Amino acid sequence: MNDFFTVAIITATLASGIRLAVPFLLAALGEAVGQRAGVLNLGVEGVMLIGAFAAYYTALESGSAAFGLLMGLVVGMVMGLIYAFITVVMHAEQGISGIGIYLFGLGFTDLLFQKQVGTPRPISGLQAKPFNWLADDTGRAGELLFSHTILTYVAFLLVPVIYFLITRTTFGLNVRAVGENPQAADTLGVSVNGIRTAAIVIGNTMAGLAGAALALEIGIFQQNLTAGRGFIAIALVYFGAWRPVGVMAGSLLFGIVSSTVLQLQVQDVISGSVASIANMAPAVLTVIVLVVVSRRIGQPAALTRPFTRDS
Amino acid sequence: MLKMTDNQQRFSSGLDIGRLLRPFAGLAVPAGAVIAALAVGAILLGVFGANPLTGYRELFTGAFGGPDELAATALKSIPLMLVGVGICIAFRTGVINIGGEGQIIMGAILATLVALALPDVPRPILVPLVMIAGGIGGGIWGAIPGALKAYSGVNEILSTIMMNIIAGFFMSFLLEDWLIEPGAIRIQQTKRLSHNADLPILPGGTRLHLGIVVALIVAILGYLLLFRSSLGMRLRAVGHNPHASRAAGMKVELSITQALAFSGACAGIAGAVLVFGSESHRLIGEGGPLAFTQSAGFNGIVTALFGGLHPLFTVLSSYLFGGMLAGGISLQRAVQVPQALVIALNGVVVVFVVGSLKLRTRVQRWAEGDIQMEDRA
Repeated sequence: MNDFFTVAIITATLASGIRLAVPFLLAALGEAVGQRAGVLNLGVEGVMLIGAFAAYYTALESGSAAFGLLMGLVVGMVMGLIYAFITVVMHAEQGISGIGIYLFGLGFTDLLFQKQVGTPRPISGLQAKPFNWLADDTGRAGELLFSHTILTYVAFLLVPVIYFLITRTTFGLNVRAVGENPQAADTLGVSVNGIRTAAIVIGNTMAGLAGAALALEIGIFQQNLTAGRGFIAIALVYFGAWRPVGVMAGSLLFGIVSSTVLQLQVQDVISGSVASIANMAPAVLTVIVLVVVSRRIGQPAALTRPFTRDS
Repeated sequence: MLKMTDNQQRFSSGLDIGRLLRPFAGLAVPAGAVIAALAVGAILLGVFGANPLTGYRELFTGAFGGPDELAATALKSIPLMLVGVGICIAFRTGVINIGGEGQIIMGAILATLVALALPDVPRPILVPLVMIAGGIGGGIWGAIPGALKAYSGVNEILSTIMMNIIAGFFMSFLLEDWLIEPGAIRIQQTKRLSHNADLPILPGGTRLHLGIVVALIVAILGYLLLFRSSLGMRLRAVGHNPHASRAAGMKVELSITQALAFSGACAGIAGAVLVFGSESHRLIGEGGPLAFTQSAGFNGIVTALFGGLHPLFTVLSSYLFGGMLAGGISLQRAVQVPQALVIALNGVVVVFVVGSLKLRTRVQRWAEGDIQMEDRA
């Protein structure tokens, strides 16, 4: 019973929580960029599924996890261009077209999986662990910090990169301008639709990558592999109040809670029903945070509003 | 309109094409969206080496080919109708309800608890009772995000998504332990619920049960509520312009909460139908929440949009989409393309329908002969 409370298991649980946070982090950071530009993408879940299948299938056929990751990224980018056309050019209602993208991704990946793969065959994940040589000499803390694959470091490195991009570059200034006041930005000669398209493509590329990361972490594909993670990622953007560091905190929370619950269940410390309640906790917490956030911090003023010159 | 354009002169003299087309202008674009989606489906079928024509013929026969097929389609369409009517109420009030999945689950749970608590109540009382319980369960699950939006400004899209996740884990919590069927095999499902709660099979020799009547009644009630009552008038006014409604003395917050509560109640009844109209007559959580709801919480959004957010047209469009789901099984059998294709095509339809709204506005304006107003602006 008290097996859980050993340093070794707690370290392993936290390290696994960090790995589980990666798909959330990638998807939510990308969604944050899109939302700062005024575009809500509810289709993250669908894009993640498509990215996950692309990565899984590529890795299965080529034997290269890295190539799979690349394909996840590419299909995410393509989905971004499609979504930009739907919302920026055709002015489709963003919440609902996102649900369309979700249903498409859900059905399409299931279709491809059944048709092309059939029975689940496992793939091997990423092997590149750049700092693993440090983990042996630095004990438990080393295992926690240095035992991850390169993708985990890239994901967390993207937090300051996205922060810098949004707050310190001209592109970021334009993103925020078209998200807050597209009319004013347009008057100053900023291409509203161009900036929004770029932001959407960045967001969807990261969602595709997030799906790929998930498929490589789990090592298998199945129908609805993402199981709501894409929707949680959207909520994490609000949870983090559109700021990369806040998004990271939320992602770690969801990742560590699920790894802890899993570990406690494996160790037989808690029963399945208690695990269900514990898994519910981050969602309940998110609702509470939403109440607080919506009072204190406003969302980008032009979020979900298509841009037209004459309005 | 200072100067008449050539176009307008042509329309105002002689045959007025615009007037002839006007009644169809609103229909042309959604019909086009479906044709486009079917074309995408045909390409996919072709890519998988199946003959698209054979595939679609099988889909159609499987959906509408005979009494049994028509009944199977009706069975598939019941949850879509119920969720769809609820979506009409929410969207018309300007509230986006993505929480159908969670509302279905909570309706199903409350209805199951009532059936477990009162197994010996006679059927004519117990059946209505479990349907009402479903409505209350879903209604509460809708009212919470409604109130959060109305009184705390919480984005309802996000809160309803979170409520879906919470409901899914709540169902698995109950079925892990408390409500699980006693016995050695630990499958996440209840025991067979009281026979008195079974939805009776309608006469006619098919498997069609009373659920379809429930769905039709809810659709008519939804129509009366939205278009024939002062409450519905207020809801639509809030959806149209919340600021003006507030200025006119309406309680906007209350309307938003009511809209999501009604919307959730419709989905909750769908949950009750999924339990007591199923062949197993159990609440089954095995395979995850999506397996239980059959994605009806999302697909209902598709049918409501396709039905122009009108409860009665939503019944029709739900029947058509139910046909896609029922026919998908024959499609899979005949040309070996998994029926998941139908879900993917539903997504494409949504994207095309909402993506073409701008186009629809233009077509309608053209039909009314004043397109140049937009061109001039």
